[in-house]
Amino acid sequence: MEVYGNIDSFESMGLVDGPGVRFVVFMQGCPLRCAYCHNPETWSNEKKIQITPTELVKKISKYKTYFGEDGGVTFSGGEPLNQPEFLLEALKKCKENNINTCLDTSGFGDNYDEILDYCDLVILDVKELDAERYQKLTGKKIDKFYAFLQKCQEKNVKLWLRQVILPHYNDSKESVLKLKEFASKLKNVEKIELLPYHSMAKEKYKKMGIKYRLEDLEDMNKEKCKTLEKLLK
Amino acid sequence: MKEEFKEFWKGFKGGNWEENIDVFNFIENNYKEYKGDDTFLASISPKTKKVWQKCEKLLQEESKKGLLDVELDEVSGITNFKPGYIDKKNEVVFGLQTDKPLKRIVNLYGGTRMADKALAAYNKQLNPTLEGYFKEFRKTHNDGVFDVYTPEIRRARKAGLLTGLPDAYGRGRIIGDYRRVALYGIDKLIEFKQKDYAEIDVSSEENIRLREEVMEQIRALNKIKEMASSYGFDISKPAKNAQEAVQWLYFAYLAGVKEDNGAAMSLGRTSTFLDIYIERDLQKKVLTEEEAQELIDQFIIKLRLVRHLRTPEYDEIFAGDPTWVTESVGGMLNDEKSLVTKNSFRYLQSLINLNPSPEPNLTILYSEKLPVNFKKFCAKISILTDAIQYEGDDVMRPIYGSDYAIACCVSAMKVGKQMQFFGARCNLAKTLLYSLNGGVDEKSGTLVVEGLKKNTEKILTFDKVWKNYQKTMKLVAKTYVDAMNIIHYMHDKYAYEAAQMALHDTHVERLMAFGVAGFSVAVDSLSAIKYAKVKPIRNEEGVIVDFEAEGDFPKYGNDDDRVDEIAVDLVKYFMECLNAQKPYRNAKQTLSLLTITSNVMYGKKTGTTPDGRKAGEPFAPGANPMHERDCSGALASLNSVAKIPYCNCCQDGVSNTFSIVPDALGKDEKSRVKNLVSVLDGYFVQGAQHLNVNVLNRDLLIDAMNNPWKYPNLTIRVSGYAVNFNKLSRAHQEEVISRTFHISR
Repeated sequence: MEVYGNIDSFESMGLVDGPGVRFVVFMQGCPLRCAYCHNPETWSNEKKIQITPTELVKKISKYKTYFGEDGGVTFSGGEPLNQPEFLLEALKKCKENNINTCLDTSGFGDNYDEILDYCDLVILDVKELDAERYQKLTGKKIDKFYAFLQKCQEKNVKLWLRQVILPHYNDSKESVLKLKEFASKLKNVEKIELLPYHSMAKEKYKKMGIKYRLEDLEDMNKEKCKTLEKLLK
Repeated sequence: MKEEFKEFWKGFKGGNWEENIDVFNFIENNYKEYKGDDTFLASISPKTKKVWQKCEKLLQEESKKGLLDVELDEVSGITNFKPGYIDKKNEVVFGLQTDKPLKRIVNLYGGTRMADKALAAYNKQLNPTLEGYFKEFRKTHNDGVFDVYTPEIRRARKAGLLTGLPDAYGRGRIIGDYRRVALYGIDKLIEFKQKDYAEIDVSSEENIRLREEVMEQIRALNKIKEMASSYGFDISKPAKNAQEAVQWLYFAYLAGVKEDNGAAMSLGRTSTFLDIYIERDLQKKVLTEEEAQELIDQFIIKLRLVRHLRTPEYDEIFAGDPTWVTESVGGMLNDEKSLVTKNSFRYLQSLINLNPSPEPNLTILYSEKLPVNFKKFCAKISILTDAIQYEGDDVMRPIYGSDYAIACCVSAMKVGKQMQFFGARCNLAKTLLYSLNGGVDEKSGTLVVEGLKKNTEKILTFDKVWKNYQKTMKLVAKTYVDAMNIIHYMHDKYAYEAAQMALHDTHVERLMAFGVAGFSVAVDSLSAIKYAKVKPIRNEEGVIVDFEAEGDFPKYGNDDDRVDEIAVDLVKYFMECLNAQKPYRNAKQTLSLLTITSNVMYGKKTGTTPDGRKAGEPFAPGANPMHERDCSGALASLNSVAKIPYCNCCQDGVSNTFSIVPDALGKDEKSRVKNLVSVLDGYFVQGAQHLNVNVLNRDLLIDAMNNPWKYPNLTIRVSGYAVNFNKLSRAHQEEVISRTFHISR
């Protein structure tokens, strides 16, 4: 019997989650509760779309013609590491079918040792480098993030680092340079992306009856974010 | 001819083209494929700038008034107008339709009523003596058609079951091989036609007709020469250089738009042909890259000024005053080599040098195998201008060979060897309602299609509905083919396009192009009946006026085979029905899923449908999934459309318009270009035929709708053609805005 994955939704044309044209699998369930999360519907473990790795790969294969040189699949969420058995099987099957794989994660999980062997790229969300602030932002301790990063380094996994930039929180030069310094000590980092915070998810929270922690925070200015990104070059 | 034209053809590699009219053989033997990038391109020249500034002023004025000027003392004809100029000393390509730029021609041969209405709308009146004589002594195409139309056709037409039929205006969609004039000169073409003429015996009605037509063609060729000479050019002999090649070719096209006001007056496939002349001059160092670009830009300016006189009703169907000067660029010669040249780049560069514009309708014949630099340049131009469209070379080349071109939006034909009998479209959503209502129109309550029984089910069952729908399609197809046969018989008789047909082979192949509107509405309606519970609500007369659907159903546009198979079955069956009829002049029937902008008007005329669409709401355009129902991402939507069979079924085109938000296409320009190329590769490699690409935000369009002055050049692709957004009616603007804009979450 194959293990079932619990999926929130699919996006057949993801063009901003990894290189090239990517089929994005938004997996259900996440242990973190980040203040700025824009997919709160993926937090719970409620059953949504149930699919086996075989069915999933069949679905992804329909879009193979669009993948070109570097496109493929991205597992995102939610937190994909939350369903390690399914994720491993799905990744294996993708590789068997010559589909480029990318894991979009916060690194918060266990049992990912073998999973990393089947990831062509890991997009690691560096939520915060300061332990205290990390806990405040996400509700969980930072230790698992470091453990995951350590494992990626051991296994020489290709990395893209990402950070959401919030006004008045981490939108300073110093903060970005700190991130740059942190990255410079790591190997295999191909790219660092800064994502400007936006409040478009507010409505979702309202509908779901969840309090939105950043009620009064304005959107991050995109231009300013781009200027900050230049510091990383 | 080889000896005779030695001086003109110096430096060209010989072949069959030297003995026979064979432009493609000339191209094949002489063109130089270009695989480099766009860095060689020149910007706008000072002369072009001056000419274009004058035109821009006139265009603005026209945009305010709707019509700038119209010639009232002459009717259409190749030699009926004095030479006209924009700014003579700065022009390098000459010729206008009339004696002034943007001054329109009255064409009465299609029908006087249309011309009268158009003139009346602008408070103009044709010279009464001329009008009087014309009406007294000349029967028109429109008169002929209505002498013969059957009651079935009249009812179908009135109800909006068949609409947009070219029975009162020029049929268009005929592409002369304008290159022939540049390569051979007029005199040689006349010589060949005379030879053909001599060989046609008079043993049948068809032969007599053809013999008369060829004589008309010869007359037209002489007139083209005369018209060119009024501008001071002798085009009796071949062109000697690039400047002449562009000029000769343009005169040939110009003759067509002086003579005819066909809905679509397309140009063909000229860029690579002209590149051969430009390359020869560049090699000889008698032309610079700047001058080459100047020639092309000024040629393009002329094409942008082509106008036809049309009624407000016509504009309601085809919004934005389009002329479909479609030019096909790129494509493959064979599996390895493309037909891309530097001149393919220059044509596209005109959108940068002269700002974006809907015309000419630049169409990329796309294959994954095209040189990567060219694909990237096309994507870049798409992202910057939203002005170009893509059509799948890999599905068309096996059918039409390597020298075909697109007429209008999506209609392929071999240049100079095939012509089309254009046939607008049949409303298949309405046809479905007729099959439920026993042929009674859901809006007027009158009987339109005879011989059908009303559906009396409480809950509609798929098998029964499908069976009745098939029967209805059969009856409608018969009426449709009858209408087309009458229309094209009369068009050949009373409004024959001699100038354009003179630039075709004498024994031309004919395609009869039928079309479908309301495609996705019909498909989703059938899916609703099959997978959900659809309860019809009837009025006192037993006519269904509404539907209640219980439960969800798969919708076309989500790459879901359950419904996409219905889509395929539907077009296959309708094509079968059309094939069962006998078309005029042994034409081959083809079918398109293309509505242009008539999806709005068709929607207005169609009652509530089982898919949940309410009465009067617009259809989706062409083969597009219904607005916002394709919710599994852009590629799923593309995959559904790619399943529609082209070869031997929808062989007149499967039009798909695709809008994507810039931020969703990638984080920076480089990745946007790369991603768009991947999307195009992935779509066309599946055998898809057409894609309009818009890269823009909905908010921008809403702003443009409310503040048009802020966006004078905003060009968008609607359905097989591009329009200036400001020229669309409010209803069309709203429909465009309500379409799916693909985002990335």
